[in-house]
Amino acid sequence: MEFIFIIISAIFVNNILLSQFLGICPFLGVSNKLSTAVGMSGAVCFVITLATVVTFLLNKLLILFQITYLQTIVFILVIAALVQMVEIVLKKISPSLYRALGIFLPLITTNCAVLGVALNVVTKEFSFFGGQPHLFNLAEATVYAFATSLGYGLAMILFAGLREHLSMNQIPAAFRGVPIALITAGLLALAFMGFSGMVY
Amino acid sequence: MNKFQIILKGIFKENPTFVLLLGMCPTLATTTSAINGMSMGLATMAVLILSNITISAIARFIPDKVRIPSYIVVIATFVTLLQLLMQAYVPAIYETLGLFIPLIVVNCIILGRAEAFANKNGILDSACDGLGIGLGFTLALTLLGVVRELLGSGCLFGFRLIPADYSILAFVLAPGAFIVLAYLLVLFKKISK
Repeated sequence: MEFIFIIISAIFVNNILLSQFLGICPFLGVSNKLSTAVGMSGAVCFVITLATVVTFLLNKLLILFQITYLQTIVFILVIAALVQMVEIVLKKISPSLYRALGIFLPLITTNCAVLGVALNVVTKEFSFFGGQPHLFNLAEATVYAFATSLGYGLAMILFAGLREHLSMNQIPAAFRGVPIALITAGLLALAFMGFSGMVY
Repeated sequence: MNKFQIILKGIFKENPTFVLLLGMCPTLATTTSAINGMSMGLATMAVLILSNITISAIARFIPDKVRIPSYIVVIATFVTLLQLLMQAYVPAIYETLGLFIPLIVVNCIILGRAEAFANKNGILDSACDGLGIGLGFTLALTLLGVVRELLGSGCLFGFRLIPADYSILAFVLAPGAFIVLAYLLVLFKKISK
């Protein structure tokens, strides 16, 4: 039952893009076309889940040796290595997607969503439905990370769909490009606020 | 180009928020009030100046292939230092900014300046570039914070200007961040023309 709360909370209530503001750069950068948005969401989804599991286990080691202050450095290096690996695999399996993602694939390293989720999982105490606040165990952390990245994909794909329609409309010159995209994102965030209060 | 021009360029012509559109996550997330925005900007500026100086000093000893990971380690070191210092001396601000202090590591402005400026310029020039870009970022975040705080909670740097009944809460929450930034971008575009 708790897993269902974690999933609903991570996808809708505390959406990583629209309410936590993590990973905004690719959100604005590759959301021009629906197809690239789907590819990017897939790549991010994979990296977030994998990175969270790996860093969660590594954190146990850091606690064991009492060097948790090295969290930031260790985590970012692990994430950078993982992204490099995903890049190599993707280049072999799907060259067209690799080309479409272009610069944004190596940039997943500096996508704050990945590091943000990894750090959140090991430092923040969560409580659902009036339960005691507690740190996640491995199963909960994995589910949380996967659900969060699904939320990322959902927001990203919705936004890309909206932007494709926007590009066919008449927009005042000063608003063209990023400003109108930001306003659209603001309205989308307003819609997502409707979910708040569903799960704590 | 003299030092003064480098600093000025970072504030106006290459403003990281309004022109280069980098570092959007802290820009949107931490500007719920003017003070929060300013402290985030200053924290980023400190890391940016230090990492720019260090990277410009050691750039020629780093093999080209491993330069990005090396830069990230340098940046992460300074962020960890800052994190520990803030935890010790300004715990209140550290609590409010929360996750976004360690996330300075992945702020694209810092890695961007290391790659675009610090690794091919002298130490003093790089420090000036860090100062200029950092000031540009701080000013942008403070401005965004001022607008959101004024509209959302009716205060300015904590002093109440508008009665609480007339404030629009949405501006402090997520949607306000996007919409205020959009209008500021348009304004900046109009003015700089």
